[in-house]
Amino acid sequence: MQQYFQPEIETASRDEIVRIQNVKIVKQVRHVYDNVAYYRKLMDDKGITPEDIKSIDDIQKLPFLKKDDLRECYPYGLLATDLSNCVRIHSTSGTTGKRVVAFYTQHDIDLWEECCARAIVAAGGSKEDVVQVCYGYGLFTGGSGLHGGSHKVGCLTLPMSSGNTDRQIQFMMDLNSTILCCTPSYAAFIAESLKERGYGPGDNKLKAGIFGAEPWTEEMRTQIQDGLGIKAYDIYGLTETSGPGVAFECSEQTGMHINEDHFYAEIIDPETGEVLPEGEKGELVFTALDKEAFPLLRYRTRDICILTRGKCSCGRTHVKMCKPMGRSDDMLIIRGVNVFPSQIETVLLNEGYTPNYMIYVDRKNNTDTLDIDVELSPDQFSDNIADMQDMEKKLAASMRTMLGIGPKIHLVPPKTIQRSEGKAVRVIDNRKLH
Amino acid sequence: MAVKQLSIFIENKHGRLSEAIKRISESDVNIRALSIGDSSDYGIVRMIVSDLDKARKLLGEDILSKVTSVVAVKMDDKGGALYRILRVLEEAEINLKYTYAFTSNKQFGAYVVLRVDDVEATEKLLNEKGFMLASDEEISS
Repeated sequence: MQQYFQPEIETASRDEIVRIQNVKIVKQVRHVYDNVAYYRKLMDDKGITPEDIKSIDDIQKLPFLKKDDLRECYPYGLLATDLSNCVRIHSTSGTTGKRVVAFYTQHDIDLWEECCARAIVAAGGSKEDVVQVCYGYGLFTGGSGLHGGSHKVGCLTLPMSSGNTDRQIQFMMDLNSTILCCTPSYAAFIAESLKERGYGPGDNKLKAGIFGAEPWTEEMRTQIQDGLGIKAYDIYGLTETSGPGVAFECSEQTGMHINEDHFYAEIIDPETGEVLPEGEKGELVFTALDKEAFPLLRYRTRDICILTRGKCSCGRTHVKMCKPMGRSDDMLIIRGVNVFPSQIETVLLNEGYTPNYMIYVDRKNNTDTLDIDVELSPDQFSDNIADMQDMEKKLAASMRTMLGIGPKIHLVPPKTIQRSEGKAVRVIDNRKLH
Repeated sequence: MAVKQLSIFIENKHGRLSEAIKRISESDVNIRALSIGDSSDYGIVRMIVSDLDKARKLLGEDILSKVTSVVAVKMDDKGGALYRILRVLEEAEINLKYTYAFTSNKQFGAYVVLRVDDVEATEKLLNEKGFMLASDEEISS
């Protein structure tokens, strides 16, 4: 079986990877400086010229780009080539403000799809596989990224897009899908729906799933793997850097290999901007080394993460990033304590609850309140109110241990929390802080 | 001998109880007794109904329900009747989780429903002390 999509790159020696990066960064900085007035000004303000960048180590001299810069440059301000050279646009969901639009040349699409192809092969995919893509198609990068990657591998591709779970299940069963690509919350929902229709984990032909576009926990991985009878692999990416496939998991399932020949990763202290050594936790920063149309240099992702370069049993040599430990923009500060929704999910799954929950934050009498609606499963329901109250107390206590603050737990009937077909909305913050 | 009780989980929101009862009422299922335990977020409605399986089916999957075994004791509809039963439980140190009573037009004037951990032992004790236990058939019809 094919083990790598591009073995010569994916298993290249460290020296070879650095050599590739050295060549590409010099060329890329020149390209951006010559074509993007906005970034040229940032470099000029710092007194940096393209000649100062002689190798990948010099990258630390370059200014950062932040989400605010992208908003300011909307729509064409960071475009680095003539529009006539571009063949596609994708856009972020805009949930945290103004949309970001990203441009692609055919070269950019090809390298992105190759990255997705690497992810599919790493998940055990080959031309014998049937890949069911139920990420949304359209402006969102999820659908087209995995779709293109699936084509590159030569898999039979089912372009389902998101939603219509009945049809997803019918095609999955009738057309023998072997690899499922969607958000983890939708994968969990499909597993739940299969169970409801009387299918066990062994009744489908699925062997693997490639899940991303939202944060998920190890506990959720276990639940999806058991529910669908598959191996569940994480995939990472963002519209700003191209889309899914910037990094992907291999058979070891202990972090995602970053496609370092295209995307250079750094971890920085989010306060000072200082680059942190390998193994330290900080904000993930990406530089697109050879994208043409929308080549962001030192883009701050807001994802909190750790990079490691240990030897991987899969044979790949590219650096690994851990699952993002939350994004600084979905991090909630409640009564001064940093709270990530992923921590709440971990506690729920550990305590035997479903991953269906909704977090409400509010401010009453100048004090933050944290309320969590949690779905009750039929076997947890007791006719005795004291038993139920004990359950709530026990859950609230585990939450307090994990989060450092105590939430109020509200048990709600099964299936009352809205299921998501794309990115799940887990947090409603009603505080008027701005 | 134990009697089957239907318990349902109702969110403490406008119209939820009425919706559940409406579903049961759209048939010939009779609610013989009803009691509610509640917190600020939800209530647990306990019922003795004439046709338990039918009632659960009518409630559907989106209303959480379960069946619990409880002890139903017949008693006179007279002062002191309930206390005589409770005293027996107290002396035997049997913990009551909750209880409710209802009157009947049958030969016995009233029933008391007792929710205990060990239904069998409680029934045995009450039998020995000369109390009459109700069966599913008579209490639900």
